[in-house]
Amino acid sequence: MTALLFRDLKLAVRAGGGAMIGVLFFMTVVAVIPFGVGPDLNLLARIGPAILWIGALLAALLGLDRLFQAEREDGSLDLLLMQETPLVLTVLVKCLAHWLATGLPLVLASPLLSLFMNMDAAAIGATMLTLLVGTPAITFIGAAGAAIAVALPRGGLLVSILVLPLAIPVLIFGVSAVYAAVQEPAPFLPPFLFLTALTLVFAVIGPVAAAAALRASTD
Amino acid sequence: MRLVAEGLSARRGEDLIFRDVSFDIGVGETLVVKGPNGSGKSTLLRVVAGLLPRESGKIMLAGGEGQGFDTVAGACHYLGHRNAMKRELTVEENLRFWKDFLGDSDGGAGVAIDEAADAVGLGSILHLPFGYLSAGQQRRMAMAKLLVAWRPVWILDEPTAALDAAAEAMFAGLVKGHLSRGGLALAATHQPLGLGAVNELHMKGFAVDSAEAWA
Repeated sequence: MTALLFRDLKLAVRAGGGAMIGVLFFMTVVAVIPFGVGPDLNLLARIGPAILWIGALLAALLGLDRLFQAEREDGSLDLLLMQETPLVLTVLVKCLAHWLATGLPLVLASPLLSLFMNMDAAAIGATMLTLLVGTPAITFIGAAGAAIAVALPRGGLLVSILVLPLAIPVLIFGVSAVYAAVQEPAPFLPPFLFLTALTLVFAVIGPVAAAAALRASTD
Repeated sequence: MRLVAEGLSARRGEDLIFRDVSFDIGVGETLVVKGPNGSGKSTLLRVVAGLLPRESGKIMLAGGEGQGFDTVAGACHYLGHRNAMKRELTVEENLRFWKDFLGDSDGGAGVAIDEAADAVGLGSILHLPFGYLSAGQQRRMAMAKLLVAWRPVWILDEPTAALDAAAEAMFAGLVKGHLSRGGLALAATHQPLGLGAVNELHMKGFAVDSAEAWA
């Protein structure tokens, strides 16, 4: 299984792997917001956490469709399906590799982009923490969407649309946890724990659903 | 150990593509599936590998080590039309991944990566990205994948497509070596594999009832 993890990480950083596509898209989205909104620093600071979360959500959805499609195109998926190791575990490891290659760079880029939005130190820290906890949920549930669309040649947008309704709660609790951290009366912990719970739930549901979809998609 | 199929049938869409196919392959034996295009050779192989659902019948491993496998697919190597190798990775990285990921089944051991590459005659190009290889070289490297991890059953779908005559002879040697180590093979092919006397299964195309519907 570690072999699969390292292979997927290697593929992600090689030419055409797409590890940087997500983070570049994230930077593009956040970098243009101040130009569109204008130089109102208070407004930027207020909408900053929400913009960062929306940008990260869209960036995380961007590369998901290739998660199983690339394996299917070269025939590797057949071999992954045939093994006696549970398919759920294989999917979980692929999700983990995908998150390390595309989700983690988003988390690491978020402090820099927070400066674009005139956010203070507490908001930056809270955004980074919630993205760290929340983005795996998007990958896990996205894997289910990617598995459903695996046989469709132009499945990219379909994956995003399938996954988006399920990713909305992640966005809601992620953003509300950041606001709770910077605005005094609201407690930080309840929304943050909800976010953690969502990630844990999706870590179970996502791979199981993806494995079932992959089994059903063989042709 | 034996690979036994009884009364298999499979569907593609509405039509039964074949039905009531039975065979029994023992250790050291090869069953060659023959038939015109579209007669269901690939479908039969994918059904045996557990990659397509079967309409009826059963597939099982009987006797000896066959009892140790949870599924038939777990005992099989499948060499399909696509090579299951990543173009971006070097040949060695590809083979190392499959060696580590597949692991060895009971009753045998895979050979080292450079040995497997030498066996297919391409030991000198392990460092190249897989995408740089010619179609024939890619096919040969996909065959090296069969050697790096031990599986008693080889399922081969048109294994010698894109290969020159020398490579076909090399491949016949690989299969013979596999059979002599206690393996068995199921192959679909149009070309003779050069294995000497083998059992043959002839697929006749669409199953009788659907053919009658068209008559």
